[in-house]
Amino acid sequence: MPETRSLTIRDREVRVLEEGRSDVPVVFLAGIGGVPAWTPFLEALAKNRRVIVPSLPGFPGATEFRHLDSLYDWVVHTLETLELLDEPTFDLIGSSVGGALASEIASLVETQVRRLVLIAPFGVFLEDDPAADIWAQVPGPKSIPNLVCSHPERWDAIWEMPADGDEIEWSLLRTRSMEAAARFLFPFGNTGVTSRLHRIHNSTLLVRGSEDRVLPSAYNAVFAEGIQGPVRTIEIEDAGHLPEIDNPEMLVREINAFLLDQEN
Amino acid sequence: MKNLWFHLMPYKDLPDDFRDTHPSVWVDINSKLLDAKRVHQHYNEYLDELEYAGQLGFDGICCNEHHQNGYGLMPSPNLIASTLTRRTTKPAICVMGNSLALYNPPTRVAEEFAMLDCMSGGRLIAGFPVGTPMDTIFAYAQNPSKLRERYYEAHDIVMKAWQEDETFSFNGRFNQLRYVNVWPRPVQKPHPPVWIPGGGSVETWRWCAEMDYVYCYLSYFGYKAGEATMKGFWDEMDKLGKDRNPYRAGFLQFVAVGETEKEALELYKESAEYFYGRCLHVNPKWASPAGYQSEATIRAKVQSQVALAAQKSAGPAGAAREWKDILDLGYVIAGDPDQVAERIREVCTNLNVGHLMLLCQFGNMSTDLAKYNTKLYAERVMPQISDLFDDQWNDAWWPQPLSERSLPAEVA
Repeated sequence: MPETRSLTIRDREVRVLEEGRSDVPVVFLAGIGGVPAWTPFLEALAKNRRVIVPSLPGFPGATEFRHLDSLYDWVVHTLETLELLDEPTFDLIGSSVGGALASEIASLVETQVRRLVLIAPFGVFLEDDPAADIWAQVPGPKSIPNLVCSHPERWDAIWEMPADGDEIEWSLLRTRSMEAAARFLFPFGNTGVTSRLHRIHNSTLLVRGSEDRVLPSAYNAVFAEGIQGPVRTIEIEDAGHLPEIDNPEMLVREINAFLLDQEN
Repeated sequence: MKNLWFHLMPYKDLPDDFRDTHPSVWVDINSKLLDAKRVHQHYNEYLDELEYAGQLGFDGICCNEHHQNGYGLMPSPNLIASTLTRRTTKPAICVMGNSLALYNPPTRVAEEFAMLDCMSGGRLIAGFPVGTPMDTIFAYAQNPSKLRERYYEAHDIVMKAWQEDETFSFNGRFNQLRYVNVWPRPVQKPHPPVWIPGGGSVETWRWCAEMDYVYCYLSYFGYKAGEATMKGFWDEMDKLGKDRNPYRAGFLQFVAVGETEKEALELYKESAEYFYGRCLHVNPKWASPAGYQSEATIRAKVQSQVALAAQKSAGPAGAAREWKDILDLGYVIAGDPDQVAERIREVCTNLNVGHLMLLCQFGNMSTDLAKYNTKLYAERVMPQISDLFDDQWNDAWWPQPLSERSLPAEVA
């Protein structure tokens, strides 16, 4: 099990999970729903790498987020979080909502971020090929997992309430994370990152689940075209918007191969 | 007590198979269903009905704001209210209301409401709803996580804009306005009465108590479903040490009056089934975006079994659509004038509501029938109930019009 610690950012607590060994760590910024519990994906990744997972504001592990209004606030908060990890350099993985923030960070900070992995990052919107509206979903516990996963039962397994959990508070974890994502991504997920992608010089792995029903494949193509550093684009089979939940084995293989290639 | 006549202004030609062939009456309703020539006719008839209600002695006439909605053709209630200021002279004009976060800058609301108050000679009731998710989050793309914060900030701007003598600057979180100095200002001082339409949110009840505003529960599901909410409201007022003045509250109720009960049951069946069958056919995906409800409200609702039961029996998903059920569940109060008067008296007493907003036109009801319903209510029901509460309570939340008002000149 990972080690859990807490960072204090502007008087607010942010949970940090860490497991594994390597000089240069991998920092993971999670996607829709966040990290309610250490997942098979993180477990597999931590076999070869030191994996650090700071919670995004409003996501499990960091309750408060309503003090952050603009994208700028969110990016600065993320930057402060990464600075407080006190790692001179790291590889950065951002998925979905976390991918939007990871791409912003990479466009701003050249020194700290070594390699970049973006998994179906939010950040662009194409009128002719619209993303799903993740905030217009029929109420109930099944809507989001059915939308973001090809294997919603794997989402359910991660989201199994602890024995001592409170049902209302547990369901609020999910609602709160959806609201937090809305805070800086509503209504389209369009952050305007296209005007900043040219500042990303990192070696980048762009990942997408082949069955992603949230973001069409053209979205990753926009990132691939805009990023200045070398980009490798892959699809993870049998996976939806969150391949780290649907097909963690294949995703970890691809990430390990990418990071290893870059090191050799 | 006060009787107010409320119009939703529904589009009357939604097809019979609307429920089966269209996903929603709201947000993404098919524009091909709309015939603008029919809307021209609707507006004229609907304004006639509102004016007629004013003539017959209703204390107030009400309009409201909805967007991209097949049962509410009033994206701008202020346009409707402005014509009412010219064609009526007595009734309060209750705009129920302007969804504050949708106006940019919110001083627009301060300006237009002030205009309406001046035009009407001080007859305006200023309603400030947060607005439904369909209107605010989806039709108007407001951020669900910021809607309430924006709403409260807009409220502060409007209230200050009405009351501050000097030009001031507002350096808010969402609005930065360097020079605020609205012209005109309202006739009513310090400001028109403020009424807040809301759901069953404890925070809204507390806020209304703190600000001394009227809380209005505008449910389409009648007095039975409203009991739990109004009880919650009054319990909260007790806790806060506020008196039980029924004029602190407003409530919406559909009514259907006939000469006889039999006639009422025959006359209004179609319109009621049109409303509950077609007009409330809202795609549930629009109903509850994350962030729209505060966490405190979610916690309170889930914990309150009474509220939950009311929601289940009366919420849009489980709402009745057949006339018999609509009547049994109390969505519509129907009967002869005496029956309706008795029931209304009972409802207002039980719910302790001094401002009753009545829907006498609903669904695809013809203008003749709407006027018939209105006339029977005004002449045969209202006299039986108007005295309610007045021996005990003062309505401190009612407009104070100018004693001498200008009237429109005759058009040659």
